[in-house]
Amino acid sequence: MSTANKVIKIVNEKTVENATCTFCGCCCDDITLTVDMDKKVITQAKDACILGKAWFLNHVIEDKPIARIDGKEVSLDDAIDEAAKILMDAKFPILYGMSDTICEAQRQCAPMMDDCGGTIDTTTSVCHGPSGMAFQGVGEPSMTLGEVKNRADFVMYWGGNPAEAHPRHFARYAVTPKGMFTPNGKDDRTVVIVDIRQTKTAGVADIFLQVKPGKDFEFLWILRAACKGVKVPENCKELCGIKKEVVEDLISRMKNCKYGVIFFGMGLTMTRGRHFNSGALMALATDLNEFTHFVAKPARGHGNVTGADNVVSWQTGYPFGVNFSRGFPRFNPGEFTTVDTLTRGEVDAALIIASDPVANFPKPAIDHLKSNKCKLISIDTKQTPTSETAHVSIQTSTYGINTGGTVYRMDDVPISLRPAFDSPFPSDLEVLTKLRKKVNELSKKANRTYSKNKYI
Amino acid sequence: MKGQLILIPGRSAKQGVELNKGKLKDEYKKVTSILEISFEDMTTLGLETGDHVKISNKIGETNVTVKGLKEGKIPEGYAFIPYGPPSSCLFDGETCSTGMPESKGMIIDIEFIKKGEIKKKELISLDKQDEDKQDEDQQDEDQ
Repeated sequence: MSTANKVIKIVNEKTVENATCTFCGCCCDDITLTVDMDKKVITQAKDACILGKAWFLNHVIEDKPIARIDGKEVSLDDAIDEAAKILMDAKFPILYGMSDTICEAQRQCAPMMDDCGGTIDTTTSVCHGPSGMAFQGVGEPSMTLGEVKNRADFVMYWGGNPAEAHPRHFARYAVTPKGMFTPNGKDDRTVVIVDIRQTKTAGVADIFLQVKPGKDFEFLWILRAACKGVKVPENCKELCGIKKEVVEDLISRMKNCKYGVIFFGMGLTMTRGRHFNSGALMALATDLNEFTHFVAKPARGHGNVTGADNVVSWQTGYPFGVNFSRGFPRFNPGEFTTVDTLTRGEVDAALIIASDPVANFPKPAIDHLKSNKCKLISIDTKQTPTSETAHVSIQTSTYGINTGGTVYRMDDVPISLRPAFDSPFPSDLEVLTKLRKKVNELSKKANRTYSKNKYI
Repeated sequence: MKGQLILIPGRSAKQGVELNKGKLKDEYKKVTSILEISFEDMTTLGLETGDHVKISNKIGETNVTVKGLKEGKIPEGYAFIPYGPPSSCLFDGETCSTGMPESKGMIIDIEFIKKGEIKKKELISLDKQDEDKQDEDQQDEDQ
């Protein structure tokens, strides 16, 4: 390469050290990005996994309008005015999503719903919502991923497939890294995978247990009983798909490890039993603390879904499915969660932030979102089925790539983002701050009961 | 030929990669329309990898491409599909007062429609590329 070429390369390139990938809940903050500042694209994402590379390298500044109403380009202010009017005129407005934006933007959301007497819900309700309910029932034997890396000698994944959903979870936190008390990495750990199918995750297992589909609760309860010294039933295999001898060996390993951890996924929360499954697992981890140190943690999916739980919790006291129609927050999954309110056809205005329910929700909920009974407002960084269906659609810049801010890793550790390059699109924070202000103005004018007695 | 299976939708690395490229693109639609079932069930149902099938339940129906998995990869009687619009067509809105629809373990009817244009080899090579890519990433991590 000639000297001239080298100079051009240096002038146009920028390196961002320790950038954070916000695609999944691992929030890996050790990525080195190389950015072509002329083309405004990331050309390399060193140390990112297959999903992280796809997240960074496919990010382009789209040639699309910032704001649209019914598909026609409008100014951002006009779109915000229309969105605020829709929310204030609605009888049952909801705000849903927030898992792919920064905490600073998330904190604008609950006050907005407080102003218009609406409902706020996060993607947690269709993710680890049942685990959130279980936390309230049995508590959460928690930890940070740093503790796991340095101490855990027994690692279990239950009903999740991190090899495909959190590819660096093994190498960065739980299976192969060499920690303070695990100097030999994987050799110092026993890795157990529990799933109904032999996923790619099963490849790292020392012990793979193929539980009978829909029998996770039974297996967990047998383990709890065995932990307390109750004899494992002879027909254990018929009950849950795992042989009696295997269960006895497993509980012995769990009791005798120095530091045990269970990560659990949608295999528990999306199947029959839901919060009972998550609750049984966390109760098992709690029980094991009679013998050793044992913890459990949900493996969270989206980049800042944990932040959404935290922000909504510290603002309202509840993590998701919170209604303000009486002027104070009420939490009731099933009554105020988005899938239910949409399926029952109660919602007449939906503000969707950084998520895509039109692609991912159950069909009856999608049908209502698409119907003329519900005015849909979308704030998202990319074009999705939701943004393309929306009456008001606002495109924003991407967190972690174009904007800074704070996200929470899946173990509730806050991380500051280092953006790579600017975007012509406004940030979620800017749009939501403006929208919150506008809703607040309209709420004061409307002189409603809940506009006088503010909770937040 | 018709039959019944239990559907387990879930995440896959390929689905994750494609959604970053764009949910409105054909490749994302293709990736989320591949139904994985055991070879035993393929034989019972008279299907081959690449065949188009209709899957349906009381909520809705959708057309997908079928792919066979090696023994033990998925229990007999079960089917896996990556999350996406086709799987959403079959989710019920009932949440049993939890907010969470039962998104895994739905009983579905499966019915052969036609021989597919996607060849068996093509599906297998796509998987092979993914596995190789992930192995490389894993090796990088370990180093």
